[in-house]
Amino acid sequence: MAIRERLSGNEAVAYAIKQINPDVMPAFPITPSTEIPQYVANYIANGEIDTEFIHVESEHSSMSATLGASAAGARALTATSSCGLALMWEELYVAASDRLPIVLALVNRALTGPININADHSDSMGARDSGWIQIYAESNQEVYDNFLQAYPIAEHKDVRLPVMICQDGFITSHGVENIELVEDAPVKEFVGEYEPEHYLLNKKETMAIGPYAVSNYYMETKRAQRQAMLNAKQVILDVAAKFEQMTGRKYGFFEEYRMEDAEYAVVIIGSAAGTCKAAIDQIRENTGKKVGLVKIRVFRPFPEEELAQALKNVKAVAVLDRSEMFAGTSGPLGAEVRAALFGAKADVEVVNYFYGLGGRDITITDFEEIYGKLENIAKTHKINDMYSYIGLRSK
Amino acid sequence: MENTYQFKEVMSREERLAPGHRMCAGCGGTVAVRAVLRALHPEDKAVIGNATGCLEVSTFMYPYVAYEDSYIHNAFENAGATLSGVETAYRVLKKKGKITDNYKFITFGGDGGTYDIGFQSLSGAMERGHDMVYVCYDNGAYMNTGTQRSSATPQFADTTTTPAGKVLNGKVQVRKDLTAIMAEHHIPYAAQTTYTSNFKDLHTKAEKAIYTPGAAFLNIMSPCPRGWGYDPSELMNICKLAVDTCYWPMFEVMDGKWKLTYEPKKKLPIEDFLRPQKRFKHLFKSGNEDLLVQFQNEVDKRWEELQKKCSL
Repeated sequence: MAIRERLSGNEAVAYAIKQINPDVMPAFPITPSTEIPQYVANYIANGEIDTEFIHVESEHSSMSATLGASAAGARALTATSSCGLALMWEELYVAASDRLPIVLALVNRALTGPININADHSDSMGARDSGWIQIYAESNQEVYDNFLQAYPIAEHKDVRLPVMICQDGFITSHGVENIELVEDAPVKEFVGEYEPEHYLLNKKETMAIGPYAVSNYYMETKRAQRQAMLNAKQVILDVAAKFEQMTGRKYGFFEEYRMEDAEYAVVIIGSAAGTCKAAIDQIRENTGKKVGLVKIRVFRPFPEEELAQALKNVKAVAVLDRSEMFAGTSGPLGAEVRAALFGAKADVEVVNYFYGLGGRDITITDFEEIYGKLENIAKTHKINDMYSYIGLRSK
Repeated sequence: MENTYQFKEVMSREERLAPGHRMCAGCGGTVAVRAVLRALHPEDKAVIGNATGCLEVSTFMYPYVAYEDSYIHNAFENAGATLSGVETAYRVLKKKGKITDNYKFITFGGDGGTYDIGFQSLSGAMERGHDMVYVCYDNGAYMNTGTQRSSATPQFADTTTTPAGKVLNGKVQVRKDLTAIMAEHHIPYAAQTTYTSNFKDLHTKAEKAIYTPGAAFLNIMSPCPRGWGYDPSELMNICKLAVDTCYWPMFEVMDGKWKLTYEPKKKLPIEDFLRPQKRFKHLFKSGNEDLLVQFQNEVDKRWEELQKKCSL
């Protein structure tokens, strides 16, 4: 029987951690992810889990210690946000190349300059090339569900890659929503015992990890990581199918919302998808216009072909980026979606906008305007405001 | 443990750092590592950690590894944090019954990776009290990248980033006293040593560091022939001069109690230590006599302070 609860996104992740009962959690406080280690520390203080907490002195050390624990043969994880992830940046690459199935609960928050504690995706998008699987959530339910799926994906023998479970700072991390939790026993069965094949504390053999590899081996290492990322696609789908059997909740690389007959589509990541869905319902009801949404769940590996397939029949697409990459051109999602459509030779107009940086709200009215622009772009084949910022106070 | 040192037995223990690694002839770091690993009881398993540096790139160049034990290298600045993760995993897995063997945890870092970039990670790991040993093999500069100045570099040393030139005489500042800083973490065991004659001081301290429960720090002066500019065959003599001039005193701090483990019968002038090293060549040019006096004064000051701490 499912458990009906009301939890914030951070509580939902902490509850998932409690149910999984991992071995080691190093963590360092940073808003808005701080609550996750706080909840875990409480579980530990009350003897509810066996997890050992490491009170590290920085996020660089939290990922370093997580990596050490994972290499030793433990199921390890950490949580962070924003600058914390930036401080881990070097370690993210080491974790991925060491092929360690670490899970990171990331509560997305804008990177500093100016300092800002609210949601955007500049932290995780900055880490998009680090070799981590990245899975994003719209709601508290999704972040809980994604977290339960993280270890089965990370630890799969065809994958063995670290996984970042992302949610939007404050919007879901602190917003309390109704949520359906899975009971402990099925969670334990779903996630399973961690039985690493190679690890430092293996009785049967010693292991060395983290070598110096010059040009005659480095490239093969990278190709192997690429293969693991390619393999992850099927594993992500298989794990999602198993999860659906357990809960009835269906997951894939992305969610298509009212896309069956859509002529105008938005592509977006994270919590703003909820606002977009509300706008779609209103527009369809009020005007009958065929608008839809593709909400990316899995950004790494990037579901290029599948996404092109989902978008190839629409007239115009607006790709919305919640982070800049200061190319003077696209945002990260915009660049990849356009590349996917170009690769598929899809005859679709694509416009790329920026929104929600540093926690700026995006409203139903904003989405109505975006769909209006898409209609105009489809009609005129002209894009006048490529790469513009939605809801900007001054130009 | 001090009175039970048996040179032959210790030296005949099976090597845990296999030959064939790529460290230089006359390298003090390798001697330090081998000596520390000899202090492991043969029946105990170990996980060896390593900060990025000469030791790491020379002992684990894919696909060859020189360690007989499990080994982890992560990055430059995080040997402390990385091994603290390994040690924590060990405690959990042991509690859960997934591991039955006894493991010891030793990590090595050069002075760059320990005094400087890895200082925070080291401090955190020691403060948290992980049952591990952090060993600094201190060769007084960033040797792996070609002898750049670190906070362990002695004053006036000629390095590639503090070259002795027409207006500057090598490094301007005096060196950081890391062993004292680690002792002030109030960890169960902190010690400073190097190798002279029969390795007794190093061996005894390494054994204490490994087998004292909780966090331990060991600072081993480990000369570098390339960075210091001495003949590789002179390694042991250089170390002997370092302790006999009191440039590198050997001491330990156990449960807050400071203790000198070696006092030279006759304290030699610092020139004796400096003269065989090319990095101090400029100090012996005429007109630089005051620099030698400054160097001597700094050594004397620190030696007196240490003697006071040890007499309390």
